[in-house]
This record gives sequence, structure tokens and C-alpha cells, in this order.
Amino acid sequence: MKKKIVIIGGGPAGLAASIAAKDAGIDDVLIIERGEHLGGILLQCIHNGFGLHTFKEELTGPEYAARYIEIAREKNVEAYLNTMVIDISRDKVVTCMSADKGIFTIEAESIILTMGCRERPRGALNTPGYRPAGIYSAGTAQKFVNIEGKLPGKEVVILGSGDIGLIMARRMTLEGAKVKAVAEIMPYSGGLKRNIVQCLDDFGIPLKLSTTVIDISGKDRVESVTLAQVDEKSRPIPGTEEIVPCDTLLLSCGLLPENELSTQMGVELSPVTGGPKVNESLETNIPGVFAAGNVLHVHDLVDYVSAEASQAGKYAALYVKALEAEKDDNLTENSESSVNAKSYAVTTGIGVRYTVPVSINPDRMDDLLTVRFRVANVYKNPEICVYFGDECIMRRKKLICSPGEMEQVILKKADMNKLKSGDAVKICLENV
Amino acid sequence: MESRTLTCIGCPMGCQVTINYDYINDTVDMDSITVTGNTCPRGREYAISEITNPTRTVTGTITLSNRDGRVAPVKTKSPIPKSKVSMVAEALMTISMEAPVKIGDVVINDICDTGVEVVVTNNIE
Repeated sequence: MKKKIVIIGGGPAGLAASIAAKDAGIDDVLIIERGEHLGGILLQCIHNGFGLHTFKEELTGPEYAARYIEIAREKNVEAYLNTMVIDISRDKVVTCMSADKGIFTIEAESIILTMGCRERPRGALNTPGYRPAGIYSAGTAQKFVNIEGKLPGKEVVILGSGDIGLIMARRMTLEGAKVKAVAEIMPYSGGLKRNIVQCLDDFGIPLKLSTTVIDISGKDRVESVTLAQVDEKSRPIPGTEEIVPCDTLLLSCGLLPENELSTQMGVELSPVTGGPKVNESLETNIPGVFAAGNVLHVHDLVDYVSAEASQAGKYAALYVKALEAEKDDNLTENSESSVNAKSYAVTTGIGVRYTVPVSINPDRMDDLLTVRFRVANVYKNPEICVYFGDECIMRRKKLICSPGEMEQVILKKADMNKLKSGDAVKICLENV
Repeated sequence: MESRTLTCIGCPMGCQVTINYDYINDTVDMDSITVTGNTCPRGREYAISEITNPTRTVTGTITLSNRDGRVAPVKTKSPIPKSKVSMVAEALMTISMEAPVKIGDVVINDICDTGVEVVVTNNIE
């Protein structure tokens, strides 16, 4: 089977990408989704606060997903559900598996990677203690409560103050559980401000910063956890131990882009984000393979996932159209060399951990290009600066920047002619 | 003079907004209010609403009686008084409906005398 654009994953990124690809004039678009429904993780995110940017109203996760699912249906986006992609080759042959079709392959002209991310599991945290029942990732607990209708425990400690952990602190409380504490190893929370306010402060749940779990007791079921404060090198401070009786420990300790398929096919990843390195078109090192959403870098707002994925969908469509034009002109030999000729690297300076994209070809960018990034620490009154070589071309004051909230700068195509050969576009913080 | 510092939740900025105010006969004296730290009018509105009439949208689930204990997500169609959040959450636990349900289906017309509807937030076959 042949398809022009194949999208791996039918969550918010995949849906937005499919719609944008259709809008850009490519009709032959297929989403492959391993779950039973389109919508991805939004389906279990039943709290509200989604869509403020996109729809100018507050929606719940399933409602936000439904808006995109509806548009995708209207545009006749094809989707294979209950279908697992098990391999993608470098020449874009997608191997899939499903209960009713067995194993089959699809030859794609372009691929958009939108597989999302996974929670960091207990095994990656080096927490000592037994392996009793009652330890869940926050997202697993969220699925139990919000889809299956089962409460995983009655007395809960949450390790990590990521957004899902904060959301679950409120959710478990409203379902009648007692959430005793949220422990965060860092001196600040990685979650959004409004979640700390509405999920912890509203219910009097203590957020213990610079604190971690150093022991888990209980053989069959969690009976207690031991919390301890940590020093600036994250080492437990003797004498600060506190035993907290509980039957459940939820882990909300970070999200990791899910890039097994990308790695297998030879997509180059950033060691900082764990997602593909992409250019201004959200294209990976393999021409015609694009990435967007949490598989690229973990977002905190789905609105930005949708916006980013729409760009990926559009650029994938442009790529397919260019291929077709080349075929018509019989000029296939020169295709790649011309594309990368005028790319500038995007580099990070003080206070900036990474940027998406990592390179820009001004010829291929839109009039405006959003560069997204995260900062390394909490900074008060910083200035976000953009340098072209040694020259500062943009400077913006902020009251606060924190690692939990993604930042962005918008570059203008009209400015890009100020770049000289060999220059890099540097994003950094000053006044920190 | 009372003073509270709140994190504004009007947008991802999360401004630290400080509101100072006096009470007259147990109600906030609107003329006494001063708000600082906000970077847009929403910060002022948020701070005033948090000290005079704090509200929250409650989301939760109801049981689907014909789906083996599975649940459907619901929300209050508009924000309700913050003081009634726990009461509403408890009330939702006792409600069940038959699938299929679709977004916007009304679960209950007036939850806990708030005058606010509870509606379904997902399409479940």
C-alpha cells in the first residue's frame, strides 16, 4: 500500500497535523493510532483549562480532542485504529500490526512523527525499598480514575510536582482520597502555576520542595514512605526524615518523548529534549520525516502542540508537493543539496536549555517563525535575547521565567537578511 | 487592612498579584481595594473575585450503569462557588447514566442548589 503522508499517532499532534496537511492540498493522509480512539492522552485529562489559546474558551481534554476529531472527520482524514507501528525504515516503509489486518506495510512519501511521550517510571528513579502494590505513575492513576472508574488508593503521597501529579492530587482528593503531600526534589515545581494554585493550595495539600522519597515500606502493599529534605546536590539531609503512612505513591517525575521508532529509523535526537533535532520546517535529519508535539519536546499546553503540529502537517504537504513537482520536471538529482545550502544554526546561551528548531533556512521559513525553548532555572526579571552573530536583534523583558513554562520568541523572515555567513541565531537570557 | 498575595491564573504568565482591602460589616469594602503586581486587567479581576466570590469549574466523572463500572467525564457548565466544590464532587459520585452519552448531554439541571448544570464532556458509544 502507498500513502502520501502517514502520521504516527492520533493524539492532539497527529490530529492537528492531519488537518493541516489536508488544508495544504494533500488528500492522501493516514493516521495510525494504536489505541481504540483518536484523541490520545487528552481523553483521560478530564480537567478543564485546555484550548484557551486555540478556541478562546476553557475546555476539558476530551472536549478539546473532540473538536479536532470532528474537523478531521469533516475533512475525511483516514485513520487506522487499534494499529501498532512496529517499525519504520529509513526509506519510509511503515510496518504495522493490528488484530484484524495482521502485519502489513505502507510506503509513505512523507511521515509525521506524533507519538507523544511517556512518564518516567519508578525503575528510572532509583528509589530504594520493596516492590509492593500501590506505586503508580500519575498518568496510570489518572486512567484508572477517569476512564475505568477505580480509585487506586485512599491515602496518597505524590512524588514529583509535574502537572499530571498536581492534577491527580486534586482529582484523588475530590474522589475521597487523602493526599498527604506532594514531594518535589527540586527547589521549585515543574508544574504550571495555575495547577499549584487550584490543585494544591485550594485543598490545603502541602507542596514540599527540595524533598524526595528515600524509602518505601510495605511488602504486599505500600504502608508508608519516608520523605527527606535534600541539599543543593539533591542528596538527602540526615535528620530531616519523615515517615508518612500511606497506601499509594504516585510518581510524577517527568515525561520522556517516545522515540523508539524514530531512533530505529535513524532520526537524530537531541540529548537535552530526547526528541528529534528539527529544522525550521520541523523536519528531522531524514528529509520528508517531520516531528511535532510531545515526541519532539514535552509541552505544557496542548494549544502549542496543536499549533506546532499544524506547521509540521503543512510542511509535510509542501514536501510531498515538491517531490511531485520534481518528478514532473525530472530533476530529482539536485533535490537535497539545494535545500540545506543556507541554513543557520540556532544555539543556546546562558539560561536556555534547548531550542526547537535547531536550525533555520530563511528561504523555507514563513513570514513569522516561532522558536520554542525552555529555561534552565527560575529567573526573576530576565531579558530574553536573540543574537544574530554578535548583534542583539531582539530583547524582551519578562517578570519571571521558569523551567515549567515553555517560552518562545518569534523571528521575522524580514530580519533574516541581517544574518551573515557563518552566523548563528543565539537565544539566551540576560540580566540573570 | 487585609492583604493577600495570589497567583493569577488568567493565563500562563501566573502573575503574583497582591490585593489589599478592608472589611465593612464582614463584607469587602470595594472602595478600599488596591491591586498590585498584575500585568493586565484580568489580574485585577481575578484578585477581586478571589476575595469576594471565588469560583471553580468542577470536573469529575459519573458512572455508566451499562458499561461495567466505566465512567464518563462531566463538568459544571459554568464555575460554581468555591465553597461548594467538595459538595458537588460528592454528589457526582452518586450519579449514574446509561451509555451512549455525548458531549453536552445534561446530567443534572441544578447541582447542589448552585443553579448550574452538569454536562457530559466526552462522546462514549
